[in-house]
Amino acid sequence: MAVSTPPRRASRAPTEPGSARPPGRGRGLLARATLLLAVPAVVVLVVFFVVPALRLLWLSVTTPEPGLGNYTAILTDEVSLTVVLRTLGMAAIVTVVCLLVAYPYAYLMTIVSGRWRAVLLAVVLIPFWTSLMARTFAWVVLLQDNGLVNTVLGAVGIGPLRMLGTTAGVTVAMAQVMLPFVVLPVYTTMRGIDRKLVDAALSLGARPVAAFRQVYLPLSFPGVAAGATLVMVLSLGFYVTPSLVGSPQQSMLAQFISVQVNQLVNFGAAGALAVALLVVTLVLLGGVALLTRTRGTRSSAGAGVAGGLV
Amino acid sequence: MTGSPVLRRTLAVLGVLVGVWLVVPTLIVVPLSFSGEDSFAFPPRSWGVQHYVTFFTEQSWLTALLVSLQLAVIVTVVATVLGTMAAFALARSRFRAKGAVDGLFLAPLIVPGIVVAVAMYAAFLGWGLIGTPTGFVVAHTVLALPFVTVNVTAALSGFDRTLERAAASLGASAWATFRSVTLPIIRPGVLAGALFAFVTSFDEVVVSMFLQSPNLQTLPVRMFTSVTNEVDPTIAAASTVVLVVSTALLGLASVTRRNRRHA
Repeated sequence: MAVSTPPRRASRAPTEPGSARPPGRGRGLLARATLLLAVPAVVVLVVFFVVPALRLLWLSVTTPEPGLGNYTAILTDEVSLTVVLRTLGMAAIVTVVCLLVAYPYAYLMTIVSGRWRAVLLAVVLIPFWTSLMARTFAWVVLLQDNGLVNTVLGAVGIGPLRMLGTTAGVTVAMAQVMLPFVVLPVYTTMRGIDRKLVDAALSLGARPVAAFRQVYLPLSFPGVAAGATLVMVLSLGFYVTPSLVGSPQQSMLAQFISVQVNQLVNFGAAGALAVALLVVTLVLLGGVALLTRTRGTRSSAGAGVAGGLV
Repeated sequence: MTGSPVLRRTLAVLGVLVGVWLVVPTLIVVPLSFSGEDSFAFPPRSWGVQHYVTFFTEQSWLTALLVSLQLAVIVTVVATVLGTMAAFALARSRFRAKGAVDGLFLAPLIVPGIVVAVAMYAAFLGWGLIGTPTGFVVAHTVLALPFVTVNVTAALSGFDRTLERAAASLGASAWATFRSVTLPIIRPGVLAGALFAFVTSFDEVVVSMFLQSPNLQTLPVRMFTSVTNEVDPTIAAASTVVLVVSTALLGLASVTRRNRRHA
C-alpha cells in the first residue's frame, strides 16, 4: 500500500490551488490538504477490503455460471439448507441461554454495592480481555470426556456426559464468549430504569411478579433486544469455537463456507453464503441501531469490539 | 423489588456460578501449561516447565511466535500511522460523502470475520498474496485500522482547537503545531489505538487461517491446527503466553484511555 499512495497524492495536489476560491483561500486549501491525510488509509481499505468484497459478490453471481443459482442453492441444496437451519437453531439456543443468564446477572449488578458492581463488571469483561484462541483451547480441555466439567458433574452424580463435539458443549463454550454482549446493553438499560415506577406499581397493590412483568420487563426490553440481536449476529458467523469444540459432521455456516473454499474451491457457493450472511448481519444490526436510537441505549460499541473477536 | 432476601441470595449464587463459568476457562491454561505430563489431564499429577521449553525451542512453535510478533509490530506501526492521519483528517473536514467514509472505517469491525476471510482469500489468490508477509500485513492492517481511528477520533472530539490556533497565530507551521500541540494531547488515544491494533493482529485467527501457507503461519493458526490435528500439550504454554501478552496490552490500553478521560 505504501507503493500505491504517493502517486495519488501527487496527482491530486496540483489541482488544489486552482479549485480553492479566493476569499476563503487559505482555509479551504488547508482543509483540503488535511483531507489528503485520509487518502492512504482509504486506499488500503478500498483496495484490500472493498474490492475483495465486491469481487466475492461478483463471483457469487458469475461462477460457475451467470445467474442467481448460488443463492437459490442455499435454500434448495439439502446439505446447505441443513447447515443454514442448524446455524439458525444454534444461534437461537445460544441467544436464549445468554439472555437467561445475562438478565438476572445484569439485574444483580444494579442492586449490589459499588464495589461488587465493579467486580461483576470486571468478570463479565474477561472475554473482551483474553485471547479467543486460548479460551477455546481451554474449553476443549475442560469439555473432554475425562475433563474438569465431567469431573464436577460426576461429583454431583451426573454423567459422564459427552460434551466435546455435541450441541451442549458448543452452546456452553459459545455462550461464554457471547455473554458480555448481552450483559452490557441489558445492564445499561436497567441502570436507566426509574425504580420509582416499580415502587408505584407495588404501592398501588401490584404483586412483585406483576410489577416486574408489567413495568420492569417492558422498560428493560431495549437492552434485551439489542443484546439478543448482537449474540444472534455473532453466533451466525462464528468460526473458531464451533470448529474446535463442535464436530465436523455438525458444522455451522462459517465452517461450511470454509469447506466450500478450501476443499471444494467453490467460490460461487461460498460467495453467495458469505453475502447472505453479511446481508442478514447488516439488517439485524440496522434494526438494533434503529431501536437503540429511538430508545436511547448505547450498545453499538459492543458490536464494534465483537467483529474483532469472532 | 430489590428487597426479598430469597431473591437476593438466588441472584448471588447465580453471580458466583457465572463468575466461575467466565473465569475458569480463561485461567485454566495457566496451571495446565506447568503440567509435567504429556497429556491434558487436569489437575496435573506432576509439575514442570517442559512445555515452555518445547514452545521456545521447537521450530514450528518458535517460528510461529516470531512471525506473529513481527507481524503485530509492523501492523501496529502501519495501522497507527495511517489511522491517526485518517482520524485527524476526518475530524477536521466536512464533506458530502463523510458518512460513507466513516462507515468504511467501521466496516471491518461489523462484517463477520468469515466473510472478510473468504473475500480476501479469493482476491489475494489472484494477486499472489496468499502465504506472503505482504498479504498478512495488509489484511491485519485492514482489521486493525478501525480500532485506531475509533480511539483517535474519540481523543480528537474533546480537543480544544483554540490551542492549535494559538500556536498557528504565534507562527508555528502546521506540522510544528501538530507535533508540539495536537499530538501530545491526543497521545493517549493514539497509544490505546496502537495497543488494540497490536492485539488485533496478534490474536487474529480466521483471516490468518485463510492466508496462511505451510511456510508462513501465525501463532494462533499454529494453535488452531494443534487443537484439530494433534494432542500436543505445548499449546497450553502457547495459550498462556498469548493470554499474558494480549491481556497485559489490553489492560495497558484501558489504563491509557482512563487517563485520557481524567486529563
